[in-house]
Amino acid sequence: MELIGSIVTLTGSIVLLLGALGIVRMPDVYNRMQAGTKATTLGTILFLIGISLGHAECGCFGKIAILIVFVLATNPVSSNALARAAHSAGIKLTERSVKDDLKSDNETGEAK
Amino acid sequence: MKKSKSAFIGVVILFAVWVMLTDFSPQEMILGGVTALLIVFLFHSRLAVLGDVKLNLRSLVYMVMYLFVFTWELLKSNIDVARRVISPKLPINPGIVKVKTRLKSPLGRAFLANSITLTPGTLTVEMKGEYFYIHWIDVTSDDIEGATESIVSNFEKYLEIIFG
Repeated sequence: MELIGSIVTLTGSIVLLLGALGIVRMPDVYNRMQAGTKATTLGTILFLIGISLGHAECGCFGKIAILIVFVLATNPVSSNALARAAHSAGIKLTERSVKDDLKSDNETGEAK
Repeated sequence: MKKSKSAFIGVVILFAVWVMLTDFSPQEMILGGVTALLIVFLFHSRLAVLGDVKLNLRSLVYMVMYLFVFTWELLKSNIDVARRVISPKLPINPGIVKVKTRLKSPLGRAFLANSITLTPGTLTVEMKGEYFYIHWIDVTSDDIEGATESIVSNFEKYLEIIFG
């Protein structure tokens, strides 16, 4: 059981590492946020599950489950708030971007 | 009716959290139940949003199915992002697209926006009425209908039944 827990925890760490790599490599704030949000969510969840499996004697499955629910509920909200703030502050998308519907809609005053 | 339903859901959630944080001894459960009732009684006017959840067998089945679909999408999205990050050419084709949702309830829309953020290559940036603006890491369709089909529809069919 402890072995399975360690493997799951290790997988979570690898996912977090890939997320960090994504933050370094992506070209603009929105793409970085994409890498950041998804990887931290799954990485943290795997980490927590690994801990609860590796230390089954503490009987903390319920607490871990609550932690997972909170991570799932709050992580996307915070990244949404950051992306929204970045866009309203006028931070540009990378030059490789193909379109920006939000900007064009704001300019024409549509869908308000 | 709607008020009592939202109060009921609120009590169930608070009590479940309490039980998971403590153990199953009768003392703890009585204290947790009383506290949950007291909190819901004090704040019931703010809990009206919970009344959007439909409580019948069909929606409960769809909740469980939604959980599995969501977990699968979360795994897929991580593999997808990892693949993009590792590959040396950084194969991205990003842009912000506009999609339209059929969901009416605020709670359902919040769930949809959160789910979109956690699924492959999409991030909700802004919400105006029934339109979501989504940053898509690999834009494959140009119009509202195509983008809606590939981003929203997968979750919408479950959330429509759970929240209406």
